[in-house]
Amino acid sequence: MSHAVFGQAQEFIAPSIEWWQISPILALVAGALGLLVVGALTPTWPRGGYAAVAVLTTIVAGVFTLFHWNDIADNGPSTMISRALAFDAFTQFLTITILLATLLVLLVTADELYRTDNDGPEIYALMLVAATGGIVMAAANDLIVMFLGLETLSLALYVLAASDRERRASQESGIKYFVLGGFASAFFLYGIALVYGGFRSTNIGEIVEAAQADVLLTGDDPMVLAGLAMLIVGLGFKVAAVPFHIWTPDVYQGSPTNVTAFMASVGKAAAFAAMLRVLVVALPTQRDDWRPAIWVIAVVTLVVGSALAVVQTDVKRMLAYSSISHAGFILVGVEAAGHGGLAADNDGMSSVAAYLLLYAVLTVGSFAVVTLVGRSSGGDTSLEAFSGLAKRRPALALGLTVFLLAQAGVPLTSGFVAKWGVIQAAVEQESYVIAIIAMIAAVIAAYLYLRIMVSMWLREGAADVAVEPVPLMTGFSVAFAAVFTIAVGVWPQWVLEAADEVIAYAR
Amino acid sequence: MTAVVLAAVPTTTYYLVLAAILFAIGAVGVMVRRNPLVMFMCIELMLNAVNLSFVALATRFADIDGQTAVFFVMVVAAAEVVVGLGIIISILRRRPGVNADDLAELKG
Repeated sequence: MSHAVFGQAQEFIAPSIEWWQISPILALVAGALGLLVVGALTPTWPRGGYAAVAVLTTIVAGVFTLFHWNDIADNGPSTMISRALAFDAFTQFLTITILLATLLVLLVTADELYRTDNDGPEIYALMLVAATGGIVMAAANDLIVMFLGLETLSLALYVLAASDRERRASQESGIKYFVLGGFASAFFLYGIALVYGGFRSTNIGEIVEAAQADVLLTGDDPMVLAGLAMLIVGLGFKVAAVPFHIWTPDVYQGSPTNVTAFMASVGKAAAFAAMLRVLVVALPTQRDDWRPAIWVIAVVTLVVGSALAVVQTDVKRMLAYSSISHAGFILVGVEAAGHGGLAADNDGMSSVAAYLLLYAVLTVGSFAVVTLVGRSSGGDTSLEAFSGLAKRRPALALGLTVFLLAQAGVPLTSGFVAKWGVIQAAVEQESYVIAIIAMIAAVIAAYLYLRIMVSMWLREGAADVAVEPVPLMTGFSVAFAAVFTIAVGVWPQWVLEAADEVIAYAR
Repeated sequence: MTAVVLAAVPTTTYYLVLAAILFAIGAVGVMVRRNPLVMFMCIELMLNAVNLSFVALATRFADIDGQTAVFFVMVVAAAEVVVGLGIIISILRRRPGVNADDLAELKG
């Protein structure tokens, strides 16, 4: 009888496509394809040509996004293309985050590719494609669409990680990332299949409707619970939460530093956006099942990330573990978002959104400085390479100090605003234990940032170390990130108000 | 006798269990095998186990969504093959016969 339905010739009704609402995605894809096609057909462009097109593309996409932000403020959220994508403030906030991080990374990349004589359209196109995937993940209102976004982002990142053909470490990090990333994607996909088995739909809106319409369908359905567990494993890998973090230090260290900056900012923002969409937006009826799991993962991530960061000797590895510990803080916000009650009283989701924006800028700034130091020391990013940096390049050392203080959560920096947000959200939901653990972890992690600062300011560098050249665009990127970090630390209100909008999501 | 025959008619659950077994074989394979190509094949096995689940569930629900999902997964798997083999070839060209244990430049 079930086969009869397949046999019926049903008329295909094409969904209406909201071209204007998906314009940021279209702009990025058009920019990437244009770069690849035109770049392949024309002789090598002059310096900065490819980068200029890529930067322009992200700016155009960003302007579109700001229009959409105002549109949503006036007309409220909605869904697009028969509910495949959500058009809401959460999407636009994360789109801005991803585009801003992409823009800063592109500037660093432009200098880096020119120096290594690898200037070509491919890397820029891959970054634009990866950013598109990240935006699709944040906007997805269907789990299959989210999977497509995840793979678009991941496949581009695998290639970017392995893109430095001169260094063995880059290829090693590429293959490690690829195998473990594919492994995690398979778990994520199996989770989608099992959730589909429980709710008869992969659409987030329809999942929620099915869960609310039929109480018996939810609750203890083993298929839904298994699917939920698989989804958490897959997403936990992408956000680099302990115990799914094993790949992070190796991949962060082996990849070209500008790519590491991209992974740590765009990759993390997109993965956490997807996690919020899956857990908070799609499966609020299962929140009592997933919240304890997130609680445990958050605590382990905070403790292990902070503790292991302290014993590292390579700055890129330190920042990799620090990104793991940041994932722990963001998970504290996710856990807070998992408490019931009125959505308006729960700051979990908006605190996570604000954290992602502020952390993305911070981490790109940090890795931009590491890029400059690493390039003059022949790829050496150990703690010794940073000693005496304050003597050689005071401005650069000052920039990195600002980023490290912010990562440690010192007041008057954006990092303090971000950490304050998630801990306050946890306290408001009466998750006192996790809030206290988060504060202790912040203190442990501060030691790591102090070690780098001591090395920069108090240690003498070797006499023969060359002074790091600071190319224009990387310098601009670092300066912008540093000013942003301080400005948001002093006037956090506008970021927090914008982040508060994200709780009115569509599904 | 009748009961035995009835029990032998495959239901959706049979396919779901088979898919779970295939997925588990793939997952164990990724963890125990050391050749990058074989690990990659195990990941493909996991993805196809998920495809089987989707098709089985789509048949149970008489719903076309699960079947269309399979096409998306197949496209993604094909793209993954392109990228994965590219990376594996580039690494094998420089270091012939390498296995996962030899890739230990990055550690700590």
